Formats: sequence, C-alpha cells, structure tokens
Amino acid sequence: MTDPQQVAGTPAAPEGAAPARPAVPSARPADTRGSARRFAGRVGAASETYTLLALVILVVFFSVKAPGKFFTLNDFSLMGQNAAPLLVMSVGETFVIITAGIDLAVGSLLVLTGVVADLYCIHHGGASAGWGTIAIGSVLGLATGTAWGAGQGFLVAKAKVPPLIVTLAGFIAAGEGVAYLITGGADFRTVPGKLVNTIGLGSVAGIPWLIVISFAVAIVAGLVLAYTGFGRYTYAIGSNAEAARRAGIRVDRHLIKVYALSGLLAGVAGILSLASFDSTTIAGHAFDNLEAITAVALGGASLFGGRGSMFGTVIGLAISTVLLEGLVIIGVNQYWQEVAIGIVLVAAVYLDQFRRRIRQRA
Amino acid sequence: MTEPVLEARRLVKHYGHVLALDEADFSAMPGEVVALIGDNGAGKSTLVKTLVGAIRPDSGEILVDGTPVQLASPVDARRHGIEAVYQDLALAPDLDAAANLHLGRELYLVPFLKVLDRRTMRRRAIEAFADLGIELPDVGAPVGTLSGGQRQSVAVARAVSYASRIIFMDEPTAALGVVQRGRVLDTIRRVRDRGVSVVLVSHNMPEVLAVADRIEVLRMGRRVAVFTASQTTVDELVGAMTGALELSNGSKGGAA
Repeated sequence: MTDPQQVAGTPAAPEGAAPARPAVPSARPADTRGSARRFAGRVGAASETYTLLALVILVVFFSVKAPGKFFTLNDFSLMGQNAAPLLVMSVGETFVIITAGIDLAVGSLLVLTGVVADLYCIHHGGASAGWGTIAIGSVLGLATGTAWGAGQGFLVAKAKVPPLIVTLAGFIAAGEGVAYLITGGADFRTVPGKLVNTIGLGSVAGIPWLIVISFAVAIVAGLVLAYTGFGRYTYAIGSNAEAARRAGIRVDRHLIKVYALSGLLAGVAGILSLASFDSTTIAGHAFDNLEAITAVALGGASLFGGRGSMFGTVIGLAISTVLLEGLVIIGVNQYWQEVAIGIVLVAAVYLDQFRRRIRQRA
Repeated sequence: MTEPVLEARRLVKHYGHVLALDEADFSAMPGEVVALIGDNGAGKSTLVKTLVGAIRPDSGEILVDGTPVQLASPVDARRHGIEAVYQDLALAPDLDAAANLHLGRELYLVPFLKVLDRRTMRRRAIEAFADLGIELPDVGAPVGTLSGGQRQSVAVARAVSYASRIIFMDEPTAALGVVQRGRVLDTIRRVRDRGVSVVLVSHNMPEVLAVADRIEVLRMGRRVAVFTASQTTVDELVGAMTGALELSNGSKGGAA
C-alpha cells in the first residue's frame, strides 16, 4: 500500500506526495487509464490520506466547539512554535522508526544539548553573549547530541543490543544522569539574550523563527528521505535488513548514521527549546519520546520498519498538537491531555497493526 | 576442452566438529545449466554459500575463468559477475520492483547529493522484466503486494541484470505453483541462451532433468558423480544421491 517512493512527500509540498511519479515514457502508452486507476488506488491506500482527513475533522470539530477561539491564525502560529522542537525530534524519529528501530532518548538529548550549549555560553558572556559564543556553544551542544546518537547507533548496529534498551538507557543516562550532573539539578536560567530574542521570540518575514527552522528541517529531511540514496537505504534496511546486507549496503554504518542524525536533530530541538524557554528545562522532556513516536506512528510509519514518510509525520504531529490544544480551549482538565496522548499512541500503533494484517491478507 | 567459468577445487568447510564440505569439487561450464543435487545435509547450501562469497572455505581453491580468486563477500563475488537468487529472495517488501532491482546499485541523478535517478531506474527495470518476458502489473507497487511468482521474477530479474558469468538459484521453484514453475524454467533457459551459466539447486528430479545440461551430485560434502542430463535417469540420480549407486572415482560421464 504505502509506497515510499510515491507517498513520501514533503511538508512543503503535500500535493506532491502522491502524483510525483513521472509518466513512464514509451513503457505502455495505452495504459494511462490503468495507471490513473492505480494512482487513485494508491491515494486511497496511502495512510497519509486518512491521517489528513482525521486532522481536518479535528480542526473542524474544535472550530465548531470553540467558535472564534480555535480557528485563528494566531493560535496556529502559537501551536507551531510550541511544537517546533517536537517537530524536529519527530523528523529524526521518523528515520529511526523506518529502519525498524526506536529512539527513546530524543527528549533527553534535547535537554543535554541545551545544557552543554548553555554551559559554554554562561562561561563566555552569559546573557549578553554574542553570536560567536552562541554559535560555538550550539556546535558543542549539537556535537554532543550527535555523538551520543552515534554511540547508541553503534550499540544497536554492532553490539546488537535492541534499540528499545539502548535508547531507554540513553534516555535515563543523558536526561536523568549527565544533564543533572552538569547543572547540579537546577535549570540554567542564564541564556544569551540574542538567542532568545531572535530564535526564541523573533520572526523573519512575519513568520516566527521557530516555525521557519523546524519546517526547514522537516522539508530538507523529507527530501532526503524520499529522494536520496540515504533515504532509500533507510527504507531498505527497515524493510529487510538481511536483503540490504546481501545487496552490499553497509547496514551497520547506515544505522549508526541514522541514530546519529536523530541525536543531531534532538540537538537542534535542544537549541530551539533553549531559545524558546530561556531555560534548560531539564525536567520538562520526559515524554517527548512518546510524543515523537506518536507523531511518527500517526503519520503512517510502521514500527516494524520499511514504511513511513515525513509528510505523514508532520500531519501526525499536527493531529496530536491540535488535539491537545483543542482540549485546552474547550476547557478539558489538563490531566486528561496526558491520558489522551496515551490513547492516541496506542490507537496509532493499533492502526498500523491493522493495516499490516490487511496487507498480508492481500 | 573449454575452461570452466567457475570452478571449486577441494573445498573444505568445518562447522565445529561437523564437516560440511570434504574436499568438494564443482565446475560450471560457460553457457550451461548445471544442476547441483544432493540429499539434505549433503553440503549443497554450504558449497553455494562459498561460491557466492557468503562464507569462506577453510581450504581449497575457487577459480573464475581459470584464475584463482578470493571471494570475501557477496559484493566480491558480484564483481566477478557471480549473482545469486536466494531461496528467501532477499527482497525489501516495502520497496517497489525497480527499487529492489537496483538495491545497493542505485543510479544517481546528482551523485554528489546522492539524488536518486528514479526515472532511469524505473525504465531499466521495465526493460529488464521485458527482456525476460516477465509481466508485472505495476513496477511501482511494493513487491510485498505481489504474488509469490511475481516476487520470484523480481529476484531473478535482479540477478540476471547484473550477472555476467553465472547465476546461482537455490530452489527457485520450491514455493511456486505449476504454471509459475514452468515460467521460471523458461527463464533459466533464456538466461543460459544469453550466455550466462546457471547453477540450479533443486530437489525436484524431473525438473532438473528437464532444464539442466549437466548434473553434479553432492554426498557427504563431496562431489560423488557428474551426469549428462540427456543420458541419465531419475533412478540413477537418486542412486547417486543416496549412495545406493556406487560410482568409482567420483565421476561418471565426465564434464561433457
């Protein structure tokens, strides 16, 4: 059903998600009607189609329930900014899940990156630090996230420790261990003003930087996933790692790269979060991993690997964001939100199982 | 006498205390279909694995066109024009036929950025299938949605597209229905007619006699007999496989 080539679109060009397939020159000229039918079949079979539909239904529902409050540009802008770090993490998680892996450490690597970056800034000018300092601090933070991710990838690919265990250990070690060791358990609240006022609060051409950066990451990563050899190997490994290995693909090396990429993107999310909250928020990201996984699973990716798309992930994240925001706006007790996240995650994975069963029967 | 395109000499392979290959010999001549038969545990799989670079023998020689080679990996073997269709087909079910055909050998539009040239890969896939007379309803569909026979075709087409010397096919018809079996056998003949040798590993004796030019029999890790397909019978083959038929000197009929 979901063919990565045809379905994997990019957030920027949702309409490009399916019709991207070029007409085959000279193959079977008389076959246009058949291919149109196949195309329609694929749109119908694409999980993104249903996810998009679910999103539309949610938006309509909340717009009707809270007239004038929910469906406003301002509100969408706020949701986009709030979800920016999560979007960037979900992008990395998409790659990992398509390889049939999982990365539970993303939220912790967000925290760790922010802590490392800010630690450098605090010692080099603090709140009044210049762009040079911010850049060096960010690079140090991103390098930490990437290296940590690569280490997890190494354990998964070479030591053959299941990704669930590797990244659960990484989640605890980075988020509850190293981040607390560096900060002494109290958030750093001295963040360079330039970082906070531009990336965190500023806009470019009227669009908040947080949204610009997170969507730019998603678009570039979506293009990489759908159109490059890196993306192709990601799908191939998740679909049949042994076949990929026999085809000469260096599976271990690719897996290490994918986990490193997830670490890097969690790091980018860490810088965004640091800028946005003006703090290292060390205690605030314990469930980011589940939220990222929920977004990816809702977006149609299979936890068994081989399937998924960046466009799907963006829609998936939009669904959970709209759902939570909508529940707040219509006045549902906020603790129900946590319950809702849990329900949505299980529902998304159940849907995946359901689709697999249908597919196997076909 | 022409030189074998691929030859194994006195290959030995131990798995712990088990001797899987006991100075096994094997040869495939250019442009022939040679069947490799033997009872379960005779060493067929081990022999094939050493010849496609999946495992390394403890000792012995492998020669390609008469020149000794080291096959350290399947990629190595492929460089020598040796391809294999595995029993499990080794396809990625979520990728389409064109992607599977080019798996690990992708073509790039922008090599620097590794941007895939999907149009060309698709066209080549269509050509490759057409060459073998394989009809796929949709080369863009994930191979997981294809029938068993169609999946088999994709795996065969992939091997054929790249094999310049020889293709190993491990039980290629085991999971197929009668009609599809016939198609695979046709494909094997077609590949041979293009000058590429085919090694057919099979349990199905009538099938072996129908398609093979020559038959090599493996028993207890050794080549115990060589037959010319047109001059032998199922009974004779079974006799050689089980050891009921004693053959002197490990050869009969020669590599005709």
